[in-house]
Amino acid sequence: MTAYLRPRSLAEAVAARAAEPGYLVLAGGTDLMVNANHRPAPAGLIDLWRLPGAGEISLDAERGQLAIGAGATWLQVQRHPLVVRHAAILAAAAREIGALQIQARGTIGGNVANSSPVGDSLPVLLALEAELELCSVRGTRRLPYREFCTGYRTTALGADELVSAVLVPVAAPAVRLFWRKVGTRRAQSISKVMAAAAIHLEDGVVRRATVAFGAVADRPVRLAGVEAAVVGLAPAQAAEAARAAVAGAIAPISDVRSTSDYRLQVAENLAARMFSELS
Amino acid sequence: MVQAPPAPWIGASLPRVDGISKVTGRARYLDDLPAAGAWHGATVRSDIAHGVLEALDFDPAFDWSSVVVVTAADIAAQGGHNVIRLIQDDQPALVPVGGKVMHAHEPLALVAAPSRALARAAAAAVRPRIQPLPAVLSAKDALAGSVALHGTDNVFKSFLIRKGHREDAELERALASAALVIEGEYTTSPQEQMYIEPQAMMSSWHDGRCHIVGSMQCPYYVHKAMKTLLACKDDEVVISQSVTGGGFGGKEEYPSMIAAHAALLARKAGRAVKLVYDRDEDIAATTKRHPAWIRHRLGVDASGEPVAIDVDVVMDGGAYLTLSQVVLSRGVLHAAGPYRCPVVRVRGRVVATNHPPHGAFRGFGAPQTTFAYERQMDKLARARGEDPLALRKRLALRSGDTTATGQALTFSVGTDAVLAAIERAAGPPPQRAGRSLAGSPLRRGRGVCFYFHGAGFTGSGEARLAGRAAVAVVLPSGAEAASAAPVRFEVRSSSTDIGQGSITMFSQIAAASLGCDPQLVRVIDPTTDKVPDSGPTVASRTCMVVGRVVEQACRTLRGRLEAWRAARGPAAESLSLPEVAAAMARELASDGKELVELVQYEPPPGIVWDDDSYTGSAYPVYGWAACLVDVAVDLDTYEVSVLRCVQAVDVGKAINPVIVRGQIEGGTLQALGWALIENVIYKDGKVANANMTNCIVPTFADAPELETVLVEEPYPYGPGGAKGVGEIPMDGPAAAVANAVEDALGCAFDSLPISPEKIATALRQASARSDGKAGVP
Repeated sequence: MTAYLRPRSLAEAVAARAAEPGYLVLAGGTDLMVNANHRPAPAGLIDLWRLPGAGEISLDAERGQLAIGAGATWLQVQRHPLVVRHAAILAAAAREIGALQIQARGTIGGNVANSSPVGDSLPVLLALEAELELCSVRGTRRLPYREFCTGYRTTALGADELVSAVLVPVAAPAVRLFWRKVGTRRAQSISKVMAAAAIHLEDGVVRRATVAFGAVADRPVRLAGVEAAVVGLAPAQAAEAARAAVAGAIAPISDVRSTSDYRLQVAENLAARMFSELS
Repeated sequence: MVQAPPAPWIGASLPRVDGISKVTGRARYLDDLPAAGAWHGATVRSDIAHGVLEALDFDPAFDWSSVVVVTAADIAAQGGHNVIRLIQDDQPALVPVGGKVMHAHEPLALVAAPSRALARAAAAAVRPRIQPLPAVLSAKDALAGSVALHGTDNVFKSFLIRKGHREDAELERALASAALVIEGEYTTSPQEQMYIEPQAMMSSWHDGRCHIVGSMQCPYYVHKAMKTLLACKDDEVVISQSVTGGGFGGKEEYPSMIAAHAALLARKAGRAVKLVYDRDEDIAATTKRHPAWIRHRLGVDASGEPVAIDVDVVMDGGAYLTLSQVVLSRGVLHAAGPYRCPVVRVRGRVVATNHPPHGAFRGFGAPQTTFAYERQMDKLARARGEDPLALRKRLALRSGDTTATGQALTFSVGTDAVLAAIERAAGPPPQRAGRSLAGSPLRRGRGVCFYFHGAGFTGSGEARLAGRAAVAVVLPSGAEAASAAPVRFEVRSSSTDIGQGSITMFSQIAAASLGCDPQLVRVIDPTTDKVPDSGPTVASRTCMVVGRVVEQACRTLRGRLEAWRAARGPAAESLSLPEVAAAMARELASDGKELVELVQYEPPPGIVWDDDSYTGSAYPVYGWAACLVDVAVDLDTYEVSVLRCVQAVDVGKAINPVIVRGQIEGGTLQALGWALIENVIYKDGKVANANMTNCIVPTFADAPELETVLVEEPYPYGPGGAKGVGEIPMDGPAAAVANAVEDALGCAFDSLPISPEKIATALRQASARSDGKAGVP
């Protein structure tokens, strides 16, 4: 039998995690339950669903960050005025995850910790240069999201740690955001390619850009080559430079959902689109 | 033939009889049925496509005393035959040790246990030892013949249609004389039915009989198969349909397999056993639509008049024949299309491979060949610079014309009406270029198609089948009798309501024919010891054929009731029909008789079919349809969005227009899915995407605006003029989509599904050909 723990405070939760590092953490269950029939039953579950206070969304004016509690569901994320105003592409990504039932149950913390290469919010967190708040009985630490994914479904999360919040810098007004999910169909679909970008445009040229893709590698990736290639260029030239820089930067795989050629071609098109649509 | 004046219940959109119980969750599907003490079954399957089953090893660490195991040896031990009886007895219920494993996911052994988890653990503890053999994993490989699975050539069955010529040389001369020959090669993909309720069956042995209840389309198919498998007499096995969550053909022949397994387990366990497939198991192991490979030549003279059509159809039947020859037959009979042409040759072959058997799926071979001929017609229009709809109007079959099998069409030909409906609905063509909400460039296009679908069984099938149905007068009993409740008119048929609305439709047909309120009609659940064999619930025949029998039975009963009333003079004149029925039923009951009318189907006059030459009336009547599709293709992602889909369908008469529109809309969306996103991917003979995450079907978010125009060209021998409607909407939309995508992009797509991956590749190749210039026209 699988043991079941349901902590009712963050303190209880980290204590449970420290006591039972082998238990699976259930933060909504939208991925965990889908795979329940395909893997051995876990020794135990730590259920964080509706952990009091875990789903709060607030603005930390001092740091200029949006603080999104790990327990926030996609429905809460997409509807929250602060997210819509300060991280519109995160709200947009939330609207395209699964469908309504999944959005009501899946959480941002679950998506981050589960760290699937096709996790729908993850390229957005990379492009927005988000940080994670990780906590354990040892205390709380912050980690740039960029350093969190260490490989295929592996992360920098300690065996006793939980993701407690996602911290998203508030975008400056001059920064233009881009998000596109390409799935197998319109809803309830697994992504074939995702693209996200935050582009600082000044005097008609790109000053700085953060460009991230999902479903094209073993983990969500920032494309430094693309980011470097576009600096100082006007949108039309940046688009062509971005397209050209994608090819050497990723080597997507073929699987039952799509092909390597298609993923690469679409990634190139989207890399170009994120700049060409600025003009 | 004189048509009876329209009865008020025909053509009325009455609410579904089963509607409230389904939307409130009260309807009990197989897994919801009370099953106190029932054990759960699980199936041990092959994980390789072809080989010899050398042994079944049982993990010594597992406690086998807590479960029941059934192998092929148990079947013979009880005097039964290890076959799933259908057209040929070639498929075993379980592969015997020493026997050939013919496909991956093939059943090898069964287990039952008090819990589902234990049953699964037991199944996992059975280790089949299989010596692999080289596998045949495509129709082309089967025809190449390096591995013989069936006979020497791997051909299960072939058909040949010849019209207007006797020898191949004549056909070739006709094609050589053509001013223009359109030549094309088409492939279509396997498709999963994806009914919402997975396959499920429960069996128990009591009262000296084997009882089987489950999710199915054809109780008498299961009945026939069980008699052979279990060595039972007619009345020793009783098959009942439980509320069934969709079938689409997927519950036509496969339920005999799962019923066999449940019955074998229940017999050995000495208790009820329930066998409910997981979705993954259901997708992996059960039947799919036949993948097809079709080559088509269409020759026209300088004026654009067809001079010859030559079609070669090859279908992958999978490991056993099952229904493949009938699927091929329907595919072949529709392959030349609803167009006039003096010289036609259609050749068809269905071949053996090591895929799981392909089987029945809405359309039954016709969607595959319709895709090919409607692509050909579009290419002809393009080559001649002719408007695609005008071309179809010019060449379409009409009353007085003859089909490829020489059948003269004399009635109920809706060609002009459906084409006119599409023309009216068309509106201005979509603006070719634009941008999506996400800023991507879009290319828009429009496609049309025209098609037909033979309703009912092929050729002399209905005459051979001789389907029967009955209507009985049932007197109120118990509390009902005390409250002076009226009689009930009970419709008894083996037609199953699998979501298509047949219970409601039969109620309306019976009420109209009897002249009573539909509330007095009750269509009983099909159980083989209570209903006659009306034939299977397939082939767009339930309304048209069985509905006709119900209509006739009710009319005859009404005649008897009226005669009984007339014979009793003025005293009986004021009695209503239900009152007469009650009085007459009581009179008969006192003699120990039931007031019942049992009628057998009479095929319409003039239906002559010759199986040897494949000539004559292939079907008693056809449905006719035209379809228009507008698409937008996103040039960043190569995704096709269907913006609009209009279907005009000649249904003869819509008994219940809301239900008929539902059938057409559902079939259309299923066809759009097949055109664009659905696919079953085989890898080494195994289904590589056996889950709903990767074996996708359209969601409501993927559904375009669906417009349905009902055309009614009455069929004189159908109930109220109705003809089949269940399958026709599946046939046409894939070609219309392909035609629209070609209109948008200028590239031909002749292989389904038209996936974004294929579009990306085609555009890349087109752009390479046009001297490296990027982009599309």
